[in-house]
Amino acid sequence: MPPDHNVDDYVDAPAPHRHGGPLRVGLGGPVGSGKTALAAALCRTLGAEYDLAVVTNDIYTTEDADFLRRNAVLPDDRIEAVQTGCCPHTAIRDDITANLDAVELLESRHPGLELVLVESGGDNLTASFSYGLVDVQVFVVDVAGGDKVPRKGGPGVTAADLLVVNKTDLAPLVGADLGVMRRDADAVRGGRPTLLVSLREDPTAAAVADWVREQVRVRGAAGADTTRA
Amino acid sequence: MTAALLTLADSRLPAGGHTHSGGVEQAIAAGVVHDPATLSAFLRRRLHTSGAVAAGLAAAACGADPTTLVRLDQEADARTPSPALRAASRQQGRGLVRVGRRAWPSPAWDDLPERPHHALALGVAAHAGGLLPRDAAAAAAYLSVSGPATAAQRLLAMDPLAVAALTARLAAEIDAVAAVDGVPAAADPLLDLLAEVHAARKDRFFAS
Ligand SMILES: Nc1nc2c(ncn2[C@@H]2O[C@H](COP(=O)(O)OP(=O)(O)O)[C@@H](O)[C@H]2O)c(=O)[nH]1
Ligand SMILES: [Mg+2]
Repeated sequence: MPPDHNVDDYVDAPAPHRHGGPLRVGLGGPVGSGKTALAAALCRTLGAEYDLAVVTNDIYTTEDADFLRRNAVLPDDRIEAVQTGCCPHTAIRDDITANLDAVELLESRHPGLELVLVESGGDNLTASFSYGLVDVQVFVVDVAGGDKVPRKGGPGVTAADLLVVNKTDLAPLVGADLGVMRRDADAVRGGRPTLLVSLREDPTAAAVADWVREQVRVRGAAGADTTRA
Repeated sequence: MTAALLTLADSRLPAGGHTHSGGVEQAIAAGVVHDPATLSAFLRRRLHTSGAVAAGLAAAACGADPTTLVRLDQEADARTPSPALRAASRQQGRGLVRVGRRAWPSPAWDDLPERPHHALALGVAAHAGGLLPRDAAAAAAYLSVSGPATAAQRLLAMDPLAVAALTARLAAEIDAVAAVDGVPAAADPLLDLLAEVHAARKDRFFAS
């Protein structure tokens, strides 16, 4: 492991992080694990409760942003797509400038903003958000990647504030043992929560939405009334 | 002094530079750049036009008073006919101001106009970091080459050693451009056109 990938740096990342303004929630994880599906679900479920917006970090196109627009889960002016210069990981961890610009643009456009979801471009198991960009982060892996994924660890799996194991509906098809995934995740996550979900079966992502509500509650609803002068 | 300059010109300084290709993404799409030789030609062309302008502006902005900074910002606009390139420059200026304020606190930051051109932010960063106008020019000239070089390497999966070598071989030319007197008005319609075509694309990795 190269020196700039010291696991301890991630595992011991001190909580709680809190920037001013809306609560910023990172949605990370490998390509295809269900980050956009989760963002869409959270918009549907929480859109009426919170003043919210989404930043997408597509690798190449504006695919994810377009998906959210097409599915009309959010109005256009609440979705910002960031170009990541072939390096989605850099844009959420090492040089977060473009993402900060996007968050600030959304904040200036919607002064009452309470919640911003930042979807990563999708990378491998080492991808994680800088806490300079987000307040909390969710790492999404999927069952189809095999039940060994939680055991493989990596900063996303071990240190994310919430681990979501998505596509449980596919477990019988790919011969994945959900019990093993749950046990391995618990073993490496030091008490941090893990949710096994199927966004196909529950497009509202009820359990994840509950977790987000709790974060907003615990870390202070970031609306105009609490953090703004 | 030297360490501050190295920090300012370091591509790892989190100022957002890695999301800009300096026109090379569109140059590759247009077939203008496709190998080390054509990349080198592109970098030299950029260095002697927008690189030279940026170097002159950065040097002039280093230690300048607020009125001069406003005038230089207008001069930068006048030398940047492409709206896409103006936007890209101001976007990078904003990124550099964000990290520069934290890295080198100084009242000079407050003298900059809102969302300044990148070269002006470089000049102020150099000043705030205790550097001289010629250092600001050196950083601007070097960055005009290093950004697109890295972008080309990623986009074409080029040999990083070849890219490092051709960048290193430009050192003397970069130094000569950095020694610029005043603010030149060198223009390159090709770079302007590439930038405009690029900005209209949806399928791009880089912001510019
Ligand atoms: N079977 C199944 N497919 C899912 C589930 N969640 C997402 N998908 C599908 O997985 C694919 C990738 O999802 P997406 O959200 O685009 O992944 P992202 O790359 O992480 O953003 C899409 O075709 C989704 O419809 C799930 O719970 N079960
Ligand atoms: Mg996605």
